Amino acid sequence: MSASKNRHAYWQASPLTLVLLAFLVFPIIVIGIVSFWNYNSYSLIPDFIFDNYAYLLTSPVTLKAYINTFQFAFLAWFFTLAIGFTVAYFLAFHIHSVKAQTICFLICTVPFFTSNIIRMISWIPLLGRNGLVNSSLLSAGIIDQPLTFLLYSDFAVVLAYVHLYSLFMVVPIFNSMMRIDRSLVEAAVDAGANAFQVLRDVIVPLSKSGIIVGSIFVMTLVMGDFVTVKIMGGGITANVGMMIYNEISLLQYPAAAAGAVVLLATVLMMLVILFRLVDIRKEL
Amino acid sequence: MKRSFSFYALAAFFGLFVLFLYGPTLTIAILSFQGPDGGLTFPMRGVSLHWFGQLFQAQAVGNFGAALRRSLLLGLAVMICTVVFSLLAGLAFRKRFKGSSVLFYLTLASLIIPSILISLGIGLMFDRLAWTPAWFSSGFGSHLTWTLPFGLLIMFAVFNRFDASYEMASADLGASHWQTFRYILLPLLAPSLLGVALFGFTLSYDEFARTLMTSGSFNTLPLELFAMTTNVTSPVLYALGTLTTVISLSAIGLILLVMRLAQRRPKATSES
Repeated sequence: MSASKNRHAYWQASPLTLVLLAFLVFPIIVIGIVSFWNYNSYSLIPDFIFDNYAYLLTSPVTLKAYINTFQFAFLAWFFTLAIGFTVAYFLAFHIHSVKAQTICFLICTVPFFTSNIIRMISWIPLLGRNGLVNSSLLSAGIIDQPLTFLLYSDFAVVLAYVHLYSLFMVVPIFNSMMRIDRSLVEAAVDAGANAFQVLRDVIVPLSKSGIIVGSIFVMTLVMGDFVTVKIMGGGITANVGMMIYNEISLLQYPAAAAGAVVLLATVLMMLVILFRLVDIRKEL
Repeated sequence: MKRSFSFYALAAFFGLFVLFLYGPTLTIAILSFQGPDGGLTFPMRGVSLHWFGQLFQAQAVGNFGAALRRSLLLGLAVMICTVVFSLLAGLAFRKRFKGSSVLFYLTLASLIIPSILISLGIGLMFDRLAWTPAWFSSGFGSHLTWTLPFGLLIMFAVFNRFDASYEMASADLGASHWQTFRYILLPLLAPSLLGVALFGFTLSYDEFARTLMTSGSFNTLPLELFAMTTNVTSPVLYALGTLTTVISLSAIGLILLVMRLAQRRPKATSES
């Protein structure tokens, strides 16, 4: 029987396999090939040149974009982790009724199912020049000129990342905290640990895998992002995604492809390091 | 039970977090009811449905109705395929098969690869094959690369907690593979499959980055919205935002409702 069951596995896995081959593997191969091509204003010219890479890897614009991207990734990671951990800790250890826990958890996850673009736009009436924050600060006499860094700035980009991606930290950290055996916490308390020691020596180490899964999500989302920078960034700061997006807009596909290959390599290197720290299949 | 100080501090933090999550969306929901003379920020100049009416006039926002229809259709198609393909793949992964770990890592890659690569790659692939990209072909495929990983991960989570003795009992009683699947597995999995459906629909309905170069000459709703962010400076933007958020929330509500009903049914039959 098990032999016949195994045979079923192949056709059952085939729709997923075919979709991934057609829309993930082949496209990435095409990007790899096109990144060595030449181009002019009108068309792509099949070739095998390294000019796209040479230009990319020696340009100071690239370096600046990567520095910006890493900065965004670090800041977004830091704030989402701080917020996500605190929220998950509250839900897992301070709310004891399962029903209340479920409701609070749902409240945290619902925004994930709504449009990211709308969630970014929705900061305009709050942070804009005439927005709620500026007008309240002005009328309270704290400032006498509207603050301009609130919207269309690096600040706005990081704020949007934290707003959009915090739940990618909350969910996996909450998940791993719920698996912590409560008797371990009691044992620590009985042995004389204070609340902070319990947190540092029991809860944080045991939620490590959730923290890493969350970090993988936030880091990769921010590294590959261009939409947030485009909408919230005001056109001054460029990250790697924006660089590729601009090249696509100018129809410089081989340049964009080379940029994409380097971005992919960077993200993969980060992932190799992070995946060393966690076995993702055990976390589900 | 006496609550500690840290409970109240953390509860306050959680409250602020919820405000942070929902406050901005609520703000634009309120502002979308601006009077006809109102602007993008407070104060409200009267209350009206003016901007919602504007949505349906082609000159204000392009052809919003057609974009909405495309996004809904695409969302439904992606939802159905996500449920079926994830369920099948989930079943496959319960057994050993050659290449299973490659397929698993490929699925993860599909999730965490920067979306702009998917967009660029599929766009270039269609261009090189001289195929015309369209929202229902290239766009459809690019959305599946985003929804299927979520579907498969949910199936993993479900099967990790699944008690296989139900199936063994069914097989012992002489049920065929199909009968076991149809009468045992499917009812038990129904609530999780509804969860997969929710991911499939809403993620596709809101997807922007992977649609950018794959939708062909007709925009889906998020692309239309993105175009509006650069050239529309009236509350009609908020009206559209409010409307699509309401659609997403209705999808969530509907699926949660069906999920409750689906969970209640087996209980009712066992009692009767």
